[in-house]
Amino acid sequence: MSTIIAYFKGIGQGLNTLWTGMKVTGYYFFHARKEIITMQYPDNRDTLKIPERFRGRVVMLHDQNNEHACNGCTMCEMACPNGSIKIITDKILNPETGKAVRIIDKHIYHFSMCTLCNLCVQACPSNALAMDNSYENSVYDRSELTFVLNQPGSKIRDNVKD
Amino acid sequence: MQAELISKDGTQEYFVNMGPQHPSTHGVLRLVLTLDGEIIKRVEPHIGYVHRSIEKMAEFDTYKQIIHLTDRMDYLSAHMNNEAVALLVENALEIEVSDRVKVIRTIMSELTRLASHQLWWGVMGMDMGAITTFLYAFRDREMINDIMEETTGARLTMNYNTPGGVMFDLHPNFQKQVKEFIKIFKTKLPEYDELLSGNIIFTERTKGIGKLSLADAISFGVTGPSGRASGFACDVRKTNPYSAYDRVNFTEILLVEGDAYARYKARIFEMWESISIIDQLIDNIPEGVIMAPMKAIVKLPKGEFYQRVETARGELGVFVVSDGNKTPYRVKFRSPGFSNLSVLDHISRGHKIADLVAIMSTLDLVIPDIDR
Amino acid sequence: MNAIYDFSILTGGIHERLSGLMSPTAVMITEMVIIGTLLIVFVALMGLVLVLAERKVAAFFQLRLGPNRVGPWGSLQTLADFLKLLTKELITTKSADKFLYNLAPFIVMLTPFLALGVIPFAPGLQIMDMNIGVFFITAVSSMGVLGILIGGWASNNKYSLIGGMRSAAMVVSYELSVTLAIMTMVIMTESLSLSEIIASQSDGWWIIKGHIPALIAFLLYLTASTAETNRGPFDLAEAESELTAGFHTEYGGIKFAFFFLSEFVNMLVVASIATILFFGGWMPFHLPFEWAVGFNHIMDFIPGIVWGFGKVTFVIFLMMWFRWTFPRLRIDQILNLEWKYLLPMNLVNFLLMALIALSGFYL
Ligand code: SF4
Ligand code: SF4
Repeated sequence: MSTIIAYFKGIGQGLNTLWTGMKVTGYYFFHARKEIITMQYPDNRDTLKIPERFRGRVVMLHDQNNEHACNGCTMCEMACPNGSIKIITDKILNPETGKAVRIIDKHIYHFSMCTLCNLCVQACPSNALAMDNSYENSVYDRSELTFVLNQPGSKIRDNVKD
Repeated sequence: MQAELISKDGTQEYFVNMGPQHPSTHGVLRLVLTLDGEIIKRVEPHIGYVHRSIEKMAEFDTYKQIIHLTDRMDYLSAHMNNEAVALLVENALEIEVSDRVKVIRTIMSELTRLASHQLWWGVMGMDMGAITTFLYAFRDREMINDIMEETTGARLTMNYNTPGGVMFDLHPNFQKQVKEFIKIFKTKLPEYDELLSGNIIFTERTKGIGKLSLADAISFGVTGPSGRASGFACDVRKTNPYSAYDRVNFTEILLVEGDAYARYKARIFEMWESISIIDQLIDNIPEGVIMAPMKAIVKLPKGEFYQRVETARGELGVFVVSDGNKTPYRVKFRSPGFSNLSVLDHISRGHKIADLVAIMSTLDLVIPDIDR
Repeated sequence: MNAIYDFSILTGGIHERLSGLMSPTAVMITEMVIIGTLLIVFVALMGLVLVLAERKVAAFFQLRLGPNRVGPWGSLQTLADFLKLLTKELITTKSADKFLYNLAPFIVMLTPFLALGVIPFAPGLQIMDMNIGVFFITAVSSMGVLGILIGGWASNNKYSLIGGMRSAAMVVSYELSVTLAIMTMVIMTESLSLSEIIASQSDGWWIIKGHIPALIAFLLYLTASTAETNRGPFDLAEAESELTAGFHTEYGGIKFAFFFLSEFVNMLVVASIATILFFGGWMPFHLPFEWAVGFNHIMDFIPGIVWGFGKVTFVIFLMMWFRWTFPRLRIDQILNLEWKYLLPMNLVNFLLMALIALSGFYL
């Protein structure tokens, strides 16, 4: 007799657990309007909130005079774990002291290799680099992922120490 | 357990390749199954499909740079992997990090553990055929990812730790967000029980499946929730407390059954423990610097160093041989996934294909962690 | 029943017009062609609608939005998918058994077509009123598994084979429960003709009139028929996390679409039978009491086709709810469930129902 009771009890409990699960999904079905969490991605670009620290891409900060803070010290190049940065420096003669000063010619950044580890930004002694919040970075050709970070015609800010 | 390899009625055994592309191997793991009908006679894992030779690459990287490689091992425990290397360097150089860093690291670790277990729960449900759990798990995990993104700037491969501290200070919103998440998640976690843990189909499918005895767990080196479900007290957070784990109260989840259901339960209980750890720490994050003073170029003294941490999957060990240079001479990661996978053949013999899927999900394998 | 909603007026009118134009043989052939075309269109349409419904329902269960790009509310999404499948190249794998491989999708698709032939969806909206309709459907619906088995075998793929074998073992067992649950109700209705079964519920649906045995029979039928359609927690013939796609792993393009569509049309058939047996088919909601005459009369103003499809929708929704909540069973558990729980319960329930019918203890 006890086995028969156990048999029916088993059925009852089993059905109960099934109903418990169905209640959870059922709740969400009937409250779908409130509970839906997916975003309509390409449509919500304007309202999308990207945290300011989001690491999207390495950029060099330029001010309104098209001046940056990079003096070509190559610290970022050394800090990068995968060789995504290549610094090409140049020398110019300082007209006042008459000494040759190193300046940045091209700060080449291979986005295709970058792992967005933030080490270069941290390594830069003059805080010339930063991470921007861009997130739509796909391109059709790999070469489009190589950037020159210092903008054309830009020059180093005066107060940057060597 | 050890089923006979030739069946008595003379039927033929056959091989099935499960993977490298298969929905339930969660990555590129290839299992060569020897089957008799639906009964599994042998499971042979073939690994190496995502081998990126992280250990070798690490030999050419400075200690700061190694950390970003560890993100890519067990990507679901990225923070803990980072922490392992950071702790190793700090211990080798005898740097004392500030209390703030310790607490931040602990909270972040537990958040990562929660996120990892949430994902595992969703995937577990999906492997068992209940696809809805996957979406529910992602709903909750999304909150953690947002918190991570706000503070560390990345959602998965955070690279937040550096030797001597952490990269950024906490975001001003951090405490508020975490508290809100904990509050919401405390109401959502019982749903996990209602949907799967209690469900009769689920319990029937996992109870008594893939039993792993304590002796086997120890000899195979199965750590993490999978080991603890067999009663193996292997929680590094308890045995060798690091960061702030010595100042929080939490229980090490120890179960005795050792079957798939126990492994499942262990993780659910661990989520509650993680919540309690975060609860204890979130309100009293001490002030302090986030970076201990470090030399620009980190050089470890000559010698051998070992550091272990508890990731979401088990014990991660980092072994570094240094010859005094700025790059290590040799790095070896003892990844939990690899040891946990090794037990798969042992515990799934004699079960059915459907059970193999259940066993695999309760072992919570992350393939890049196995291959490195 | 309000006569204005009777479709037989329309069909009868067409028949008379055609008879006036041509010979009886020609009339028959024309009508067959018309009905065949309509049936194909109906099945295709229902398939598309149901696939869309499933995706939307699943999405809402899962806190998603579901398809919402093609057409308003994503309504053309399944049509677009169908067109995509239609234009795909037909591939027959090299080591497959060519003939059987190509045959399987048609067998799978044929079953619901045959079954749909006898199902009345609304008054007069029935292709053929067979006096053994119930028997015909149970006989025909067991053919579907043949297609699955053939498909699994002919693909020459181990995953497909396992899926096919699982399905065969399962469907053969669950046929019993389905049939017994149907039989339980046939005791009450005292007829095998589907339209007569519906007519017998003009004073109240069997699920209300039939007491607890009818309720149990409904639950048993729902469980067993979910298994028979390879859906929900019993979808281990496909078992996507175990066998990648089970029996249709090797199928692509339109042949895959056939397998896919047949699942949904089967669901429609199964739900229609459930509706007919337990909820009175297109019969409006009537109460078997004296005082409820006015109420019954108001109910009559809702057309039968609305009642019919409304109830079918409800049963289908239940099946979707199961599918999107429960984990999948293992093969031995499925057989356990059938032989240790469903079948004994069905037999006892059958006896109980017989007793009730004999004692006349129903409204
Ligand atoms: S973010 Fe990391 S990988 Fe990218 S350029 Fe900077 S250092 Fe290199
Ligand atoms: S960006 Fe910074 S680290 Fe890199 S070269 Fe310029 S100044 Fe040096």
